[in-house]
Amino acid sequence: MADPTLALGGAAAPPRRNGELVFEAPWESRLFGVTLALCEAELFQWEEFRRLLCEEIQRWEAQPPPNGRFHYYALWQAAFERLLAEKGLLGLSELEASVRTLAGRPAGHDHADPEEASHRRTR
Amino acid sequence: MSRDGGSPDPRDPALRVEALEALLREKGFLDSAQVDAIVRHYEEEVGPLNGAKVVARAWTDPAYKQRLLADGTAAIAELGFGGPQGEYIVVLENTPRVHNVVVCTLCSCYPWPVLGLPPAWYKSPAYRSRVVREPRAVLREMGLELPGEVEVRVWDSSSEVRYLVLPERPAGTQALSEEALSRLVTRDAMIGTGRPCAGGDTSGG
Repeated sequence: MADPTLALGGAAAPPRRNGELVFEAPWESRLFGVTLALCEAELFQWEEFRRLLCEEIQRWEAQPPPNGRFHYYALWQAAFERLLAEKGLLGLSELEASVRTLAGRPAGHDHADPEEASHRRTR
Repeated sequence: MSRDGGSPDPRDPALRVEALEALLREKGFLDSAQVDAIVRHYEEEVGPLNGAKVVARAWTDPAYKQRLLADGTAAIAELGFGGPQGEYIVVLENTPRVHNVVVCTLCSCYPWPVLGLPPAWYKSPAYRSRVVREPRAVLREMGLELPGEVEVRVWDSSSEVRYLVLPERPAGTQALSEEALSRLVTRDAMIGTGRPCAGGDTSGG
């Protein structure tokens, strides 16, 4: 279980020789982990993902949104969603439907809390 | 990070990633314990310390250095490091006349087994585009001033190759142990945007 205090750089954070956290938010680390897990399971080749990631980065750089921040993992996410659809692993419409369901949850079920996410997982 | 109430935004990346992970798990493609282990590995276990050990070994063992320059991946595996993005690592030796610096112009390729995951600036559009065009200026902004007679070589990571820079051993470190030397090696020195910490003979140990 990823310890949220690590991601937030709390007292329990491991030493960082260069003073920078690996992930800025828990969702970035989950996204990274999911991507690698599927690659390890040989559901895709890394190069297939890399190609899409390059495309997303190029697209952003060709037309940077006004005042938009370059958010690396947002581009990673866009690339990964495309990969899942291309490989027939998860369609965009199915993902959107699930996101809408989660978004409709009553307040208090905060998905951003990894603890909560892990509890929900076991239900 | 927590929300004060109201409906979450469906475009919220945290929400999308949660949905994505849950769906892939339901379909049997994914084991969340495996995701936990991967995240823990990259947050806590893999980092520039690995590369620093490789560099310190090369500084103290000429035969190892030779093997490292001949076949980076194999020599790095001797120290127990390997894995994704480490399948083909080429080690670039800095000399008094040549300074190497690494970039991935297209995305963010990086030798994970020896350096961990890349810092934000390495992935930034500014570094990726500028270090190729004006490496000296970029290095100067990052605090590394190179004499004019030093040739700067910029290496663009490809889909296959990952690079690790072998920096020059700092002067005045003859008395230091391999372990003490490894503490002088910074991440940036192994990317080529910095130097190892000055050694002196104060570190001991």
